[in-house]
Amino acid sequence: MGSLFSLQQFVNGLQLGSIYALIALGYTMVYGIVRLINFAHGDFYMIGAYAAYAAFFLFNAYIAPGNVLVFLVLIVAMVVGAAVAMLSNRLAYRPLRYKPRLSSLVTAIGISMFLEYFFSAFPLIGPSPRGFPEVLPKVMWTIGSAQVSNYVVIDLVVAAALMIGLTLLIQKSALGRAMRAVAQDKDAAKLMGINVEGIISFTFLIGGAFAGAAGLLAGLTYPRIMPYMGILPGLKAFIAAVLGGIGNVPGAMLGAYIMGIAETTANAYNSLLGEGIAFVILILVLLVRPTGILGEKTADKI
Amino acid sequence: MHLLKKFPLLAAALCFYIVVTILSLDQVDILNGYFMVIIERSLIFVILAASLNLINGITGQFSLGHMGFAAVGAYVSGTITTLLLKLPPPAPDAIFSGPMLVFLVAIVVGGLCAAGVGFLIGFPSLRLKGDYLAIMTLGFGEIIRTILNNIDYVGGPRGLLGIPKFSNFGVITLFTFLIIVLLRNLVQSSHGRALLSVRENELASELCGVDTTKYKVLGFVIGAFCAGIAGGLLAHLLQLAHPTQYGFLPSTLLLIMVYAGGMGSLTGSILAAFSLTFLTEGLRVAFDNIPSFNLGGTMVRVGTEWVMVIYAVLLILIMLFRTEGIMGMREAKLLIIGEKKK
Repeated sequence: MGSLFSLQQFVNGLQLGSIYALIALGYTMVYGIVRLINFAHGDFYMIGAYAAYAAFFLFNAYIAPGNVLVFLVLIVAMVVGAAVAMLSNRLAYRPLRYKPRLSSLVTAIGISMFLEYFFSAFPLIGPSPRGFPEVLPKVMWTIGSAQVSNYVVIDLVVAAALMIGLTLLIQKSALGRAMRAVAQDKDAAKLMGINVEGIISFTFLIGGAFAGAAGLLAGLTYPRIMPYMGILPGLKAFIAAVLGGIGNVPGAMLGAYIMGIAETTANAYNSLLGEGIAFVILILVLLVRPTGILGEKTADKI
Repeated sequence: MHLLKKFPLLAAALCFYIVVTILSLDQVDILNGYFMVIIERSLIFVILAASLNLINGITGQFSLGHMGFAAVGAYVSGTITTLLLKLPPPAPDAIFSGPMLVFLVAIVVGGLCAAGVGFLIGFPSLRLKGDYLAIMTLGFGEIIRTILNNIDYVGGPRGLLGIPKFSNFGVITLFTFLIIVLLRNLVQSSHGRALLSVRENELASELCGVDTTKYKVLGFVIGAFCAGIAGGLLAHLLQLAHPTQYGFLPSTLLLIMVYAGGMGSLTGSILAAFSLTFLTEGLRVAFDNIPSFNLGGTMVRVGTEWVMVIYAVLLILIMLFRTEGIMGMREAKLLIIGEKKK
């Protein structure tokens, strides 16, 4: 068994945490703005992985595997993820915006079911898992007691770049200020001349793009993709968002890394524990601090 | 007797008539075993959908792990009858035999265990609001499935095999009837009005002196009890209890039944459970008979996977165009306790 902490597991945890962070950001931003748990978010991630898979075979005829190819595939995965997210918002969530909140939740479950079953029933995709191709040659380095590949570096760099970009966007730009305003109070934001539906749509766009990017990273890291691959990571990323404080962007990142490290450490110890640790964390958070680590308590409005 | 007095005689007569008809059709082999199993399955799904409706529709909570409660009932009763007592399968013509009585007790014990689990899950998590509750119950369902997958005594991932077939049409009808009467009387009592008030506005009902936490737990416990009974019946009908029967996807199928039928309408749940169970079988047969065709060089088979795609679209369309479900809040006259004449 060895010691509970090992550098290798820490690196693996950071890698998994990066993927969770990109998914969790989409959950938390959408929840922050429209108070909806978008159950289909894990499936946007699955679609991103399939889009990356398709894009690889499309571009590979012209470009040799390497950093340029990774970049192109990443762009495609993000665009497809964003498109699906915006489309589902426009077609399913927007008409239900002012109906009871649970009906949007049920619709989200419906969208999630549709995407999963459609992908597994669609003849060109099918239910069986596919191996994800090597988009660039793998290089291994040894740092201390841990083996680190260039894939780890790509995961961490892509996730960090996207998260820094998002933070700058939210904190510094006019669009980000509008997003924060809508999250605080939709009606007041509308009175200030903000296009609320446009902002919501933009939020879905960013969330979907991040989920798409996470899909590519997951495909690189764990090279096996299938139509149901989004369910569990989606659920765990959501728990990470709850852990950090749902609706809170830095909280989602923090929660996702805690989650990733906890899961790989627990998995190294016992695989059943690794499977269940996410739910243990969820129950503990909900019992001890339902608002999450960085979340603020809000009182019920009458 | 009090219960029966409230239930219109007409309804009892109608149920009796349907039961006798089905039984006699079964006797003369017009309905074959295949159809009988579908009818029995839809009766069990009536229990499951109606009890989920008590939680989601009437109390206004949100459970995504309802099949988890059914799993508890199925495994507990299956363990009692199969592993602990090793009951022999019942003689085909014996209606009330010793093993049958033990089986009935085992089913109820399974339901009680499910209710206990419902209490354990419900008590801490019911202080949470809708969204968190959804995730919590979803997580609970997954935990149950993972645990069952890892207990070797009840078969682990192989499932619990060789359960004697005690669930016959009579037993299933009896339980379905009793549970529908129970739920109907509960919903239309003053406790039922308290449950509805929690759904409509929790804050306001708390201010009116309703103990909202108590009623939310009550809704969960009764819903879980009924689901546990249904799980036990299902295990003794299919002679198998398997972890994948009780995962997330079967739970969403129940959600479709509840929301298609109508949130808060028991009638809607009953109708939806029947029609969707039959529709699933019908579509399965229909899709199986579509021949493969050639599309751009690859052979394409339109398989039964498309049934679930259709259901997903159905759920989305119902939510978009008829959010309150097909029956809405309405109940069939038979399920309304005698209105006073003016």
